[in-house]
Amino acid sequence: MFKLGALTTTLLGISLIAFFAIRFVPGDPVVLMIGERGADPQQYREAVARLGLDKPMAWQYVSFLGRAVRGDLGTSISSGRDVSTELLARWPATLELGVAALLLAVLVGVPIGVVAAIYRDTLLDRVLTACSLAGYSTPNFWLGLLLILLFSVALNLLPVSGRLDTAFDVWNVTGFMLIDTLLPAARAQYGLFAFYSALHHLVLPTVTMATIPIAVFARMTRASMVEVLSEDYILAARARGLSPVRIIGLHALRNALLPIIVVIGLHFLNVAIAGAIMTETIFGWPGIGSYIVSSVYARDYPVIQGSILVIGVVVILTNGAVDVLSRLANPRMR
Amino acid sequence: MRIFTTLKLSNGSVSLKLGSSCVIVLVVLSFLVPLLFDLDPYRISDNLRASIGLWNGSGPLLGTDDLGRDVLARLVFGARNSVGIGLAVVLVSMSVGIPLGLFAGVYGGWIDTSIMRVTGILMTLPTILLAIVIVSVLGAGLLTAMCAATIVAIPGFIRVVRSISALEMKRQYVQAARTGGDSKLQILWSEVLPNCWVPIVAQATLGFGDAILHIAALDFLGLGAKPPMAEWGAMLADARPFIESNPNLIVLPGLCLATTIFGFTLLGDALQRWLNPRTGVH
Repeated sequence: MFKLGALTTTLLGISLIAFFAIRFVPGDPVVLMIGERGADPQQYREAVARLGLDKPMAWQYVSFLGRAVRGDLGTSISSGRDVSTELLARWPATLELGVAALLLAVLVGVPIGVVAAIYRDTLLDRVLTACSLAGYSTPNFWLGLLLILLFSVALNLLPVSGRLDTAFDVWNVTGFMLIDTLLPAARAQYGLFAFYSALHHLVLPTVTMATIPIAVFARMTRASMVEVLSEDYILAARARGLSPVRIIGLHALRNALLPIIVVIGLHFLNVAIAGAIMTETIFGWPGIGSYIVSSVYARDYPVIQGSILVIGVVVILTNGAVDVLSRLANPRMR
Repeated sequence: MRIFTTLKLSNGSVSLKLGSSCVIVLVVLSFLVPLLFDLDPYRISDNLRASIGLWNGSGPLLGTDDLGRDVLARLVFGARNSVGIGLAVVLVSMSVGIPLGLFAGVYGGWIDTSIMRVTGILMTLPTILLAIVIVSVLGAGLLTAMCAATIVAIPGFIRVVRSISALEMKRQYVQAARTGGDSKLQILWSEVLPNCWVPIVAQATLGFGDAILHIAALDFLGLGAKPPMAEWGAMLADARPFIESNPNLIVLPGLCLATTIFGFTLLGDALQRWLNPRTGVH
């Protein structure tokens, strides 16, 4: 029933990639782990013992797994802080951006797909399909720059980077800027202005990140709706003289929605993480994506290793959950 | 060949026409234009820095960048580099992915399971993240960026070829060949592979666009081509400081990049639509 075996091997595979990535890097792993600054002989020997690099490879891997399970992902070379702490601190920023992009993508993509399916093979369908393919083909890092060019440089409407104006000093409670700025302390100090500022900063990154998911959701919704609309019960509903709104809304959309939800669940996380890497880098958004890119620049391998592991686990668990849910929701798939 | 009759059959498809014209323009731009005009993407000119272009009265057609290099020449050579890089990435990933997909589909059993598990692992991480990780391990540079783009493209080929060949193995003519005493390797070569070519061409077309996108993204992050190489992604990264003074430098390379990827996506989409006419999604 549930592909637990495949799930476990994938998890182990990701952990192997994370474990060996650092060992394929040309150069001394100890220097890579502790950084070149702290590499005097005494510290070097201590590091070898602490990291267990004098033990056999299999032992190292098992202890790496054991530490990872307990939430210990090592120490960042550049900041000297816990990788897991840093990832946790940056997670809300990415999540906030991702949820906003997901909402936008569903609210725009699904209706486009429904309309395209209803007016299938007409000019409208062709135009919508072409638009979604164009959206799909636009590199998000270029789109981000274009939006900055238009809305920040030319029209001076929206901010270029960050999550909040520097004028506001909002206490970080949840890490979600839209929530933190609405908490009583921030409200008392700034009223709603801090919240508006956070919302302002969210607009361009959200649009940048949502474009590709909009295109994907529109395509999938169209395909799913086209399939449902060709079913006999739709024809029967039409023959009974039901209004088109009732047919589309009540009969077709409800049945077309399940595959769409599965696609959203399976696809969105992947797209969101890929989008976060480029979007956060362009807009100076302090989330996981920009953290990974700056760690690659700094050759901060423990951070890269930890990020792969965490992202891999999150993706695998989400896919598993979507799989289980869709099987529960659709008896035919069991 | 089957693929050419295919193209004729769906001649009415707009996306096929539009997609193939984008690709043809790209190829003409990258190989014919440098022969006809004297273009040098590397020449630095001191008196023509950051000029806007012909509508400003003087200088090269599309102006010059911050170092006084001809933007048109850099775009054209960027197109040439993109075609070369895309081709190399697609060919190498095909030559690894197709045999693995065939073996998985034809032999089945533990061979299938192990190949598909590894493919599944590679497909878990988002492609651009995997590419960045590979480049961070191998070191930044165009060659390692191409390696990364190749590795992330392989699973797509494995999946497509494996699903087609597993289906073909259940067909009667394959059963007949088995009863006739053909070995699985013979069947793989003479029965299964010829049926895989159309989906492979569709996947390769989409893969071409993906490869160009991945390389451009890595270039943009500064993990790919080194200056002064003319690369669209690198041109975008170079132009970021001049976004206010010279927006041309942002708009033009991105437009080339987006049009190219759009062309390959349309073309690949039209091919897939032909394979599965009902929905256009496979």
